[in-house]
Amino acid sequence: MIQPQSVGIVAPQTAHFETPLPLRSGGTLPSYDLVYETYGTLNADASNAVLVCHALSGSHHVAGRYADEPDSLGWWDNLVGPGKPLDTRKFFVIGVNNLGSCYGSSGPGSINPATGKPWGAAFPFVTVEDWVDTQARLADRLGIKRFAAVVGGSLGGMQALSWTLQYPDRVGHAAVIASAPKLSAQNIAFNEVARQAILTDPDFHGGNFYDHGVVPVRGLKLARMIGHITYLSDDSMGEKFGRSLRHGKAVYSYDVEFEIESYLRYQGDKFAGYFDANTYLLTTKALDYYDPAFAHGGNLSAALAKAEADFLVVSFTTDWRFSPSRSREIVYALLHNQRNVSYAEIDCAAGHDSFLLDEPQYHAVLTAWFDRIKV
Amino acid sequence: MAAYRYDYDVIAQWIQTGEKVLDLGCGDGSLLKHLIDVRQVQGYGVENDPDKLLACVKNGINVIQANMDKGLSDFEDGFFDHVIMSLSLQAMHNTQGILAEMLRVGHEAVVSFPNFGYWRHRQSIINGRMPVSESLPHQWFNTPNVRFFTIADFDALCEMNGIAVRERLAFDEGKVVTDEPNFLGSMAVYRLGRN
Repeated sequence: MIQPQSVGIVAPQTAHFETPLPLRSGGTLPSYDLVYETYGTLNADASNAVLVCHALSGSHHVAGRYADEPDSLGWWDNLVGPGKPLDTRKFFVIGVNNLGSCYGSSGPGSINPATGKPWGAAFPFVTVEDWVDTQARLADRLGIKRFAAVVGGSLGGMQALSWTLQYPDRVGHAAVIASAPKLSAQNIAFNEVARQAILTDPDFHGGNFYDHGVVPVRGLKLARMIGHITYLSDDSMGEKFGRSLRHGKAVYSYDVEFEIESYLRYQGDKFAGYFDANTYLLTTKALDYYDPAFAHGGNLSAALAKAEADFLVVSFTTDWRFSPSRSREIVYALLHNQRNVSYAEIDCAAGHDSFLLDEPQYHAVLTAWFDRIKV
Repeated sequence: MAAYRYDYDVIAQWIQTGEKVLDLGCGDGSLLKHLIDVRQVQGYGVENDPDKLLACVKNGINVIQANMDKGLSDFEDGFFDHVIMSLSLQAMHNTQGILAEMLRVGHEAVVSFPNFGYWRHRQSIINGRMPVSESLPHQWFNTPNVRFFTIADFDALCEMNGIAVRERLAFDEGKVVTDEPNFLGSMAVYRLGRN
């Protein structure tokens, strides 16, 4: 045993692809870039690779920090590193920025080679399955025929699940964390409110705001505020903010009074300062469309029959965005197919965001599960 | 892994190679590990204790976290060949409910439990103290057990609920007891079916 350490200073890389990518939404993307990071060392027979898939606002920057940015810790740094659950002394870990993102891979904000201008609204709809296809192409390029594991939380968990269905022989293990086999009507409803906030912002300009030198910050801010409510639990919000008043008493104003208002506005403003509105729209639609059972008449067990991987499914007791019962749907559909699957329901107060925390039981289960994987 | 338990051999004898097996209250997964080793079963455990669940993952045993007292409603009818509950029935509140669920989900159920009618336990009660023994290792104030019953009680329950007792073995100190099992047996293992 060693004390958990950071992977240290990291740097992203870019892979350019010229082979046109057929998309589920019709059409093809003639060429595109994928930005990615790697941690650890790929072994001689390339059997120790683990793909980490990111969620809505995540990126390829999973662990470590950038040389010139001390605050740039990766979003899952507590999971990935020497002595951490996903131990980089054993595994070669890859984080890939998904297509349509605003963190470097081709997306609505990048230049459309056909026009020389930002794609904007013309960037095609991309799906979870499309992302998995691009990740597979990146794996090809890195000489990885088969991943020891594919791992993800939330929307990242959907990618991990999709990997086992699209490329069953290329995934040894899959960890599907705080995820769901498809969105519920309520999940879609929250996404739709967030999208409407963006779409109705006068600065959105039908998605071509880049040409106007503006950003639909009000819409993005609102979208993030709505999202944030669904990431936290009632309990954790209550514990963190309760009904705390900034002025200690009601002052009868629409400015910030309750601390939760301050928190949401701060999170919204921060997000609107760096995230892309079109990416938010595209990604929430990718979430909405994801439904592997749809082609099987809604029968998830039939949809998962193709999977060959060994699974770990994890949910969190206070997650109401993707509640434990959504994870159990996946577990029992895998069980029906006699797949190897373990399921942990972690008692954690932090709601959907729990998957990003280093709750001891959660990380102990992940550590034990990764330790069993032979490379 | 936990110490090898002699009821494992009995249970293994009742299970065919390659069966689908569900172990309720599977602990660290050592029974399933044994059944995988000797019968190549496709095994799943159910456990709600975080430490035991973690032990299963460490041991490479499929384990599903669930509260069995809430039933097995997520499991399909007749999916498993055998549903096992080894030395846990006495710790369940809803005894009849879980037995019915085991026989809904499995073709057969295998149940083992400590026999409160064992002569040493009777002697202890006569002497005025609750029994503490190898098969009942806890004190009355810290026992996880919530149901206290004998082999004769369990036979009567099966009769009442229309559960077929296909085989029954009683043990004392690891040896099979054939005479007066409710008196001389400290532990019993049953193979149950639907009538």
